[in-house]
Amino acid sequence: MVKGALALCALVSVLTTVGIVVALLQPSIEFFREINFIDYITGTDWAPLFEPARFGVLPLIVGTLSVTFWACFVCIPFGLGSAIYLSEYARPRVRRLLKPALEVLAGIPTVVYGFFALTFFTPLLQDVGTGVGIFNALSAGIVMGVMLIPTVASISEDAMSAVPRDLRAGGYALGASRLQVSTRVVVPAAISGIVASFVLAVSRAIGETMIVLIAAGTLPQLTLDPRESVETMTAFIAATGIGDVPTGSVEYKTIFAVGLTLFCFTLVMNMVAIRLVRRYREAYE
Amino acid sequence: MSARVRGGLFHAALLVSVAIGLVLLATLLVDVLRKGLPFVDGVLLTSPPSSDPDRAGARPAILGTIELMALLLVMAVPLGVGTAIYLEEYADRERWYNRLLEVNIQNLAAVPSIVYGILGLAFLVRGLGLGRVLLAGAMILTLLVLPILIVASREAIRAVPDSIRQGAYALGATQWQVVSRQVLPAAIPGIATGSILALSRAIGETAPLLLVGALTYVSVNPTLFGDFTALPIQIFQWIGRPQENFHSLAAAGIIVLLGLLLTMNAFAIWLRNRYEKNW
Repeated sequence: MVKGALALCALVSVLTTVGIVVALLQPSIEFFREINFIDYITGTDWAPLFEPARFGVLPLIVGTLSVTFWACFVCIPFGLGSAIYLSEYARPRVRRLLKPALEVLAGIPTVVYGFFALTFFTPLLQDVGTGVGIFNALSAGIVMGVMLIPTVASISEDAMSAVPRDLRAGGYALGASRLQVSTRVVVPAAISGIVASFVLAVSRAIGETMIVLIAAGTLPQLTLDPRESVETMTAFIAATGIGDVPTGSVEYKTIFAVGLTLFCFTLVMNMVAIRLVRRYREAYE
Repeated sequence: MSARVRGGLFHAALLVSVAIGLVLLATLLVDVLRKGLPFVDGVLLTSPPSSDPDRAGARPAILGTIELMALLLVMAVPLGVGTAIYLEEYADRERWYNRLLEVNIQNLAAVPSIVYGILGLAFLVRGLGLGRVLLAGAMILTLLVLPILIVASREAIRAVPDSIRQGAYALGATQWQVVSRQVLPAAIPGIATGSILALSRAIGETAPLLLVGALTYVSVNPTLFGDFTALPIQIFQWIGRPQENFHSLAAAGIIVLLGLLLTMNAFAIWLRNRYEKNW
């Protein structure tokens, strides 16, 4: 009896997944009955509300990847650096203080980062003469990258902490310096966990909505120039979902088609990350 | 370059990595406080939104956020704890469906929050015909934080040593008696801490609420089946206004939101320190 009731609770999360897949697939199938899939995935012009409407999703994908690139440009080196510092260099007392302080970054709502990017960081970039627009991919990407530093740092640090002490001792016994032990023993031994943290950060960056909606804008342009405004997949979904689009219209279905595209991107990333984490757990625990 | 210099440079680079995050965090807080603090006043807390920035407040949004929190407490926590008990105490790890359940939860934890908004739009707002109401928002946030809650509760339950269970079984207790009278009471501090942290995550979420229609002009206090808004949504709306004064209001709203989150987190940490047991 009790077991059944508890299993019902567990069933909710299964139903959530089923619900997400059905919610995305069904309108998407209808969408692709009206719009050719090849035209969608290779089209370079996104203007669903124009007459004639054009449904080439590439500007949204390129916009997403452009912001993601700048986020990774920040979070990968600094996240990994933080992880190496916390795991290999910091004294236990410093570590106990720094770790939660870094984690605060991950706890701040994304709408706050969006505000910061738009009203502080973008004007700062303009002042130093980068020539960025009011809405631009660079500011949104960099601020998002800082937000993701604890994501990379904590998973990488977990993986490095799981590396047995013997390996480090072996390195030191051969006369290696702390730099050599960190970069040539610990990092290679923890590499699957470290890569997993990168993959997860990319997945988060692709799925992040508020920062890009506020700071990168909603102008779907096919450009890699980080100074320009771009529209990401998430920003399009949010911007279209805010308006009261009539159910069943093509505009309504675009939300789901783009949502499905986004979901496929992040799903692949997450499966890779889960695999990688399992691998280092198996190796050392 | 000698090895010593290289070692020193590397150490310095690592320190810079850690410092970047902390410096940005400090800058963000100072910037928000500087812009928003003069606007945190009685008008902000007690007035409805208005097109005049001097008279605009966030009362419906603040109440909406508090009501969302209460609903989450009632809906999300029992579901999360129930799932955690099932997985830790009852489920047979060898069975394929239980392993599938675990992978499923891991995956759900990484689904972008806006996708939960799409789920809410398709099934709750349009499908069930609930409309753009507070309950739909609460249900979507429940599903969103469920994976986090499950993981936190499982860790708390796992931390209860097996000797406690064995002792209870030895006295003739049934499995449910062991769980409800020994394991759960011992795990409650951990579960409470995890639940508060999960709730604070939900309170800051904006994107899924946008899709279930929280971005509307609401001047009355929100009800379960009525139009609603929430604090992050109100902040987003103010950020979107061109006038400088509304940006200051947004900063003021952010201070209230961060204050709320800080209180919740401090309470969670206090709970953990006060009741944490070392077995």
